[in-house]
Amino acid sequence: MPQAQVKMNVRRAGENASVIDIEGELSGFAEGVLMDAYEQASEGGVRGIVLNFEGLEYMNSSGIGLLVTLLIRVNREKQKLLTYGLSEHYKSIFQITRLDDAIEMHDSEKGALAAV
Amino acid sequence: MTEQTPQPEKKQPRDAAYWASYAETLKVSGVADGATNINVEGRRAVGPLQGFGKMWQKTYRVRLEDIDVTPAEVIKTWKEHYKDFWPEGNVFYAPLAGITPGEVALISGSLPGGVKLSTGVMVLYADEESFSLMTPQGHPFSGWITFSSFEEEGATVAQAQVLMRANDPLYELGLRMGGHKMEDEMWQKTLANVAAHFGATAPVETTLVCVDPKLQWRHYRNVWHNAGIRSARHMVTAPLRWRRTQSQR
Repeated sequence: MPQAQVKMNVRRAGENASVIDIEGELSGFAEGVLMDAYEQASEGGVRGIVLNFEGLEYMNSSGIGLLVTLLIRVNREKQKLLTYGLSEHYKSIFQITRLDDAIEMHDSEKGALAAV
Repeated sequence: MTEQTPQPEKKQPRDAAYWASYAETLKVSGVADGATNINVEGRRAVGPLQGFGKMWQKTYRVRLEDIDVTPAEVIKTWKEHYKDFWPEGNVFYAPLAGITPGEVALISGSLPGGVKLSTGVMVLYADEESFSLMTPQGHPFSGWITFSSFEEEGATVAQAQVLMRANDPLYELGLRMGGHKMEDEMWQKTLANVAAHFGATAPVETTLVCVDPKLQWRHYRNVWHNAGIRSARHMVTAPLRWRRTQSQR
């Protein structure tokens, strides 16, 4: 399979949350990178996982599928999945795919962290 | 005289043209001969989060070994001949504009008892190397199917991946009582037909993963839109509609 053109940086934001900065392309090929980032972000039993989409350059339907499977894992661990930094285009994709029913979208990191 | 500073042009993301635009409900642009549009027009598109049953990720793939074809050529052909690759018993009425984002296609399938299931799909996403179809309320499952092609270890691979939940409790029961097997066979045959079109005969690999074993009981009311029930009612009441039309003449 082709290599994922994406970088994910994980950082702790306070006691209860971790932020995953996503830079590049979110496609089906990013599965390993995303799940590794999630495991790292979950260390220490955080309550909230915040996805930062400010650096997102491209996403296809397999990328949306990855977010669905990530959401199921997060729910299983009784954590909360939140996002910020989505452009209007990607907010609209969250609406079309009905991901906005289950994943909170915020305008800023501060807003997302306050909602954890 | 004041000089106007040119505003920086808002750059569209590279994937902007590949996605369907948001619409509250589905709209069918044309109904082909033989198709029935009773369960699609005005329905909402639903993803795997809105369904009732267990969530499954089903992957069907075939390697086009020793065939000189690029992933883009596979997807171009798959889009153009989508309906021809389906096994007998199900009919896909392709939209006039073809497999392009936002278009809605009607489907006629077969249910046990000779009932003809009328449903459809919306083209959620389409680029040169993949396309995805999303289901409407009332469809047997809630979710999407992504068809893609890519190169892997020196061969081009054709793949269909379904991410789904049964839409309501009746469909969940049906899937458990043989529906899953029927669905698997359908996509396996489809992939085999795609491979055969390019002259390949490799076996279709199937991977089934239960992503979420939980039932979403809060969505049991989805049964209201059940396309199987509505299609059966439409079939049973056909003579009444015919008589009414005759008496109005």
